[in-house]
Amino acid sequence: MHELSIVTSVVESVTESLANYPGARVLQVRLRVGALSAVIEDSLQFCYGIAIEGTPLAASKLVVNTVPVTVHCQACGRDGALPSLQHFHCPHCDAPATDVRTGRELEIESIEIEDAPEVVAP
Amino acid sequence: MTTRIVELRQGILKKNDELARQLRARFEAAGVLVLNLVSSPGTGKTEFLQKTLTALRQQGLRAAALVGDLETDNDARRLAASGVPVRQINTHGICHLEAEMVRTHLDTWDQTRPEDLDYLFIENVGNLVCPSSYDLGERIRVALLSVTEGEDKPLKYPTLFNSADAAIITKIDIAEAVGFDREAAIRNIREIRPGIRIFETSAKTGAGMPEWLDYLGKQCTKRLQRS
Repeated sequence: MHELSIVTSVVESVTESLANYPGARVLQVRLRVGALSAVIEDSLQFCYGIAIEGTPLAASKLVVNTVPVTVHCQACGRDGALPSLQHFHCPHCDAPATDVRTGRELEIESIEIEDAPEVVAP
Repeated sequence: MTTRIVELRQGILKKNDELARQLRARFEAAGVLVLNLVSSPGTGKTEFLQKTLTALRQQGLRAAALVGDLETDNDARRLAASGVPVRQINTHGICHLEAEMVRTHLDTWDQTRPEDLDYLFIENVGNLVCPSSYDLGERIRVALLSVTEGEDKPLKYPTLFNSADAAIITKIDIAEAVGFDREAAIRNIREIRPGIRIFETSAKTGAGMPEWLDYLGKQCTKRLQRS
């Protein structure tokens, strides 16, 4: 259960990047999470609700985009999606596949923010 | 009110990964071989490591160990019986080690510097999931599996076994008594990590340890340079 550590890092990184947007509100945080990253989305969502309390992200939603595992096959030279996480073989020729190209990602892709309201002079 | 999308495109664990890169560069420059041992609780990591450390010391090699646990320094005290420097990392509830913990303990470890070592073993917290995400700057990640755990463990925890450089099967002295299916276990490990080097060992009887120690010898650049 290291999802709390993961979302805590997310909250810290997003908070740091907000320095460029004073007064902005975060509406959404989008992550890219590889299918082979050993992170469970339900746990991320649960921990996120806890981690954002009292931060500038308090009103934001977490969106998790899952990245499938793809491998590059040394035998036939092609790339493809892994047939199953229990079978690291090329989807085209079934040769053993050791070269994992995607699926280990743990990234903050983007955030959606609402700019601070403009102060209108009386 | 205007809303907009701000692209960040950054690794969530970028601080850990950056620190791990710095540690790896330091370890490489020091010529010390660093291994990260990962398994379930109760697989026999500590016993296996103690036998490994004792054997290396008898060969006149310089080894040390950092051992991670949620609580207690029991494992560090067990490992200290091997006569090599051992340091406990208590994570106090955190289910894995992070690069920052490794650096902090190395920096405050009197009389034990990576530069003076041939081998540094990091025994991770007993857990097959969370340690997979955290690079500690190791060169070799070792996944351990005992004969009592079920041959399908690698299939249930593909992330760890796929990221391992070597796999150790422990407690083979009791394999028959617990009905361990050796072929199935090896097939499952290779299903997740084709071509991985697998060692079948018993810390109790010493079976398989010579092959493991021979592998360690071939991986250590500093030793190879000396010989």
